[in-house]
Amino acid sequence: MRNRAVFAVAAILLLVVAPLVLSPFRLDLLGKYLCYAIVAVGISLAWGRGGMLTLGQGVFFGLGGYAMGMHLKLQDGELPDFMSWSGVEELPLLWKPFANPVFALAMVIVLPVLVATLLGLLVFRQRVRGAYFAVLSQALAAAFVILLIGQQGLTGGTNGLTNFQFFFGLDLYEDADRRILYLVTALVLGASYLSVRQLVRSRYGQLLVAIRDGEDRVRFLGYDPALVKTVAFAVSAGLAGIAGALFVPLVGLLSPANLGIVASLELLVGVAIGGRYSLAGAVAGALLFNYAKTIFSEQWPDGWLYVQGALFVAVMVWAPRGLAGLSHQFRDALSSRRKVEVQA
Amino acid sequence: MGTLNQLVIGASIGAVLLLAALGLTFTFGQMGVINMAHGEFIMAGAYTAYVLQPLAGDQAVLVALPVAFAVGGVLGLILERLIIRRFYGRPLDTLLLTFGISLILQQAARDIFGAPNVQVDAPGWLTGGVDLAGVRIAYNRLFILVLAIGCVVAISLYLSKLRQGRRMRAVMQNRQLAAVSGVATGRVDQATFFIGSGLAGVAGVALTLIGPVGPTFGTAYIVDAFLVVVAGGLGQLKGAVIAAFVLGVLNSFVEFWTANGASFAKVVVFAVIIAFLQVRPQGMFVLKSRALT
Repeated sequence: MRNRAVFAVAAILLLVVAPLVLSPFRLDLLGKYLCYAIVAVGISLAWGRGGMLTLGQGVFFGLGGYAMGMHLKLQDGELPDFMSWSGVEELPLLWKPFANPVFALAMVIVLPVLVATLLGLLVFRQRVRGAYFAVLSQALAAAFVILLIGQQGLTGGTNGLTNFQFFFGLDLYEDADRRILYLVTALVLGASYLSVRQLVRSRYGQLLVAIRDGEDRVRFLGYDPALVKTVAFAVSAGLAGIAGALFVPLVGLLSPANLGIVASLELLVGVAIGGRYSLAGAVAGALLFNYAKTIFSEQWPDGWLYVQGALFVAVMVWAPRGLAGLSHQFRDALSSRRKVEVQA
Repeated sequence: MGTLNQLVIGASIGAVLLLAALGLTFTFGQMGVINMAHGEFIMAGAYTAYVLQPLAGDQAVLVALPVAFAVGGVLGLILERLIIRRFYGRPLDTLLLTFGISLILQQAARDIFGAPNVQVDAPGWLTGGVDLAGVRIAYNRLFILVLAIGCVVAISLYLSKLRQGRRMRAVMQNRQLAAVSGVATGRVDQATFFIGSGLAGVAGVALTLIGPVGPTFGTAYIVDAFLVVVAGGLGQLKGAVIAAFVLGVLNSFVEFWTANGASFAKVVVFAVIIAFLQVRPQGMFVLKSRALT
């Protein structure tokens, strides 16, 4: 009951209060944070519930984002600007199908899910997990970014994709239209939160947690952990893809810097701060972290890396369950103290 | 001729990878600590050479080798004593923790030495090269290769001949059994961390020979170094050596074969490693153990 009330308050704040109170500039920033929060929902599923520390979430964010960005670039029917700068005169074959809105929208989800499923099946089936998986997912992010930068004529290289005018009929230079875009993002976040919460509470969710805590035992019971984990990983990838697709029109820019190793880790910090075991904590953590990042970058840009680094250390040392787990941790500490007293 | 040339380039990439990965394979293998700050220890080693340059002139690189070993080692020791020691058995958390440390060290380097890259001059006797079967091998590449081989020999001697090294192997193979046999595992962990981080410092000095030094200098090598550890097997000196050179040579050949190759090389290397893990999920060499994996 209390949870429902909190959810309702959050929904009213995001959907009604924020668009009325915030300036267009701040509302855009909030929309950007919401995109990161959608990614956080997925990370919370894969990492918090499934124990898969994915350091390459930026790849899926990028796949969804580039699929959307390519479509938006083609809406005016002309050759994208960066191609003529790098001497490409005809639209590359890879780009042609993205002129179709249905295809582009499908690819926003299909591409990340496909890559995640492939990697998940190959890796989890061989019982590669824990730190090995983390290292591999990070290497994927590194390779993806280098590939994007290298294929200048195809992807816009380091600059990425910029200058979008329209988003499915919305004019991205109009404040009123941007507000609609923001509302869509908030609704997508709500929908992803609710569906992942449903997934977590289902029998599947219990199986996922069981695998996290004792993979071999679950295997001995006759389940296939590789399959279960792959599904969770693919769902988290799909969510990241959707978030990336919304990020592109909201921010008006997608470049390799948004997807690399550091960006992927930043997607994770919010979740760690908010609490990886709690979906709501992950969302709140992502919003808080990115808000703090904006504030610091405006006020004290050189200090931000110190603060961010210190946050990592502090959360891991003092609050491994994150903010959402603080009360839990407190209770544990109290009860263990009581136990000691009893023993004495 | 082309092939031989790529082979030489590949070997020198491999030597760099090996230097960066040597320390990691022990901290990762023995303690299960994923030290993302290892890249920043490499950077610290490189800046050590830069700082020593006004004092030692063009011999800075030679003088810096032992100093950088100590600098990296002490940094690692401080990190281990202050924080990491509380995290044994939580490898994924050490990854995030040490990433935070690495951000702090990067910004510290930026504040101390400035954001632009700096250059360390190579000693005069390392400029130029030798012609071998029509291929020119630069002396600085050769020096890195020799240095990597030297480090490997020194470590394998340490592990087999010295009492401390044998203790290190014991802890790596079975921590609990070593502890009940009277090995002070905590002290061994400190030694391992010191040596592992010190090797990162040495790697940093070597890397100044092939490029400029900057605050984010270490991040470029850390991912590849981790891949070497994963492919070679945890705590396996032999595995790290083979994996480093195979990945180095693979890298240089993919870059050579494909136009615009550099961007594909990493993708190909990644695919090869995933394929390799299908055959040997725990890397090239595995410690035999009856524990359930």
